[in-house]
Amino acid sequence: MPDASEPFAIATHQLRKCFDHFVALEGLSLQVPHACIFGLLGPNGAGKSTAIKMLTTLLDPTSGSATVAGFDIARQPVEVRRHIGYVPQMLSADGALTAIENLNLSARLQGLRGAERRARVKEALAFAGLEATASKLVRAYSGGMIRRLEIAQATLHNPQVLFLDEPTIGLDPIARRTVWERLEHLREKGTTILITTHDMEEADTLCDELAILHQGRLAVVGKPESLKAQVGENASLDDVFVHFSGVGLEQGGDYRGTRDSRDAIQRLG
Amino acid sequence: MNRLLSYLNETFAVCDAEVRKLIRDPTELLSRAIQPVLWLAVFGQVFSQVRGIPTGNLRYLDFMAPGILAQSILFSAIFYGIAIIWERDLGIVHKLLVTPAHRSALIMGKAFAAGLRGLVQAAVVYLVAIALHVEIRWELMPILTVAAGVFVGSCIFSTFSLVIACIVKTRERFMGIGQVLTMPLFFASNAIYPLELMPGWLKVIAVCNPLTYLVDALRSGMIVGGTSVYALTTSFAVMLSVFTVLLLLAARLYPGLAR
Repeated sequence: MPDASEPFAIATHQLRKCFDHFVALEGLSLQVPHACIFGLLGPNGAGKSTAIKMLTTLLDPTSGSATVAGFDIARQPVEVRRHIGYVPQMLSADGALTAIENLNLSARLQGLRGAERRARVKEALAFAGLEATASKLVRAYSGGMIRRLEIAQATLHNPQVLFLDEPTIGLDPIARRTVWERLEHLREKGTTILITTHDMEEADTLCDELAILHQGRLAVVGKPESLKAQVGENASLDDVFVHFSGVGLEQGGDYRGTRDSRDAIQRLG
Repeated sequence: MNRLLSYLNETFAVCDAEVRKLIRDPTELLSRAIQPVLWLAVFGQVFSQVRGIPTGNLRYLDFMAPGILAQSILFSAIFYGIAIIWERDLGIVHKLLVTPAHRSALIMGKAFAAGLRGLVQAAVVYLVAIALHVEIRWELMPILTVAAGVFVGSCIFSTFSLVIACIVKTRERFMGIGQVLTMPLFFASNAIYPLELMPGWLKVIAVCNPLTYLVDALRSGMIVGGTSVYALTTSFAVMLSVFTVLLLLAARLYPGLAR
């Protein structure tokens, strides 16, 4: 699946985003290899969601450039959208529709038609383990089932790159582990996955490589083991986070970020 | 040709999802049906006795029935935008905007769903009108004219509502603006009195109000003896032009909801 002509699935160069006088992201330069799970960490307000929104073409960069799946986010946004999947932090499956209707809507908007669409929807239901409940309204689903459905929706068209914003926030440990298994399965198939997370266990278990953002700037990037070794012997990822972000795990964030996180937890819980 | 098919496929995908939701929960449809019943059964019947508004050979109740049909379309469609703010808060808008679908197709799909909902409301108003002995035209062409008018009118006001939602972005602000807009749009139209009765300044506003053209088209199509001030082609040309402008504006503003 990876485009061999492109050395990286995601490459950003001096990516910057300002909202009036507020700099949300400053000079982000990253290279994400193909078929890996890449974690973007940082306290609330560090610029993780801004970075994801620019890479998924929801936000225009103020300056700098980026390519996703080989396409320029500013000059080829539609091509970028054809090659990515996105699972927002918020609850994005429509509760007033059934799982199969949600999948059909996503498939049709991705341009899948006829027999191909039906086959992909069937595969997606099997992937999400939702065949038995496919005709139930999503509002009757548990948080874990909804997240699995959302990942299935975002990967119906076999995207090269999948973005997930806090994919396991609000999920119980079993549901969280099931989501991890789905993501690992997608990585094995060759999908590049970029996730944001506050969960250090998740980052440690799942991510092949990590970047820590702090106040809109890239603080450090590397493999989890190498980052831990830089901080000290027996250092955990929590120590790495505190060391490079300069804040404790309970600090940081603003009203909106906290509200969004709590809303997601409430809906998924 | 392929691009047109993709565009239509995207439009109908969104419309299909919206209609399914409407069928599952018709509460709003039923609650919106109460208002036209009150206007026709109470206001209309009382004002028919007053005979203060010159309506030619038509009974006042017959004259106002198309106006109340248009009003029910307006009042229902103008709050359509609140759903999109809800979808924004849930993250559904973000997910739709990350697909390669045309932005205007996403808007058009919602507008078409509002159009289909408008047709159901029209059926309710027809039933009330029949019960009140309003003289309805039952020929095929007039009925098709009314159906087309109701569909396009619903598309116009629901898209207008989406434009407002994209600008204000919160439910509280939207409800306030929605309430402020509906009554002026209704009273600055020919829904319950003819254009000739209006003072000059109000007539100027009424002529710029798309609701006036909707009511005018419905009046000749719905009622026996009803006449239109404008030619049907003029009314539909104005309405389709307004819808096109609003559709383009909404498609431009829609991505801003995810920022």
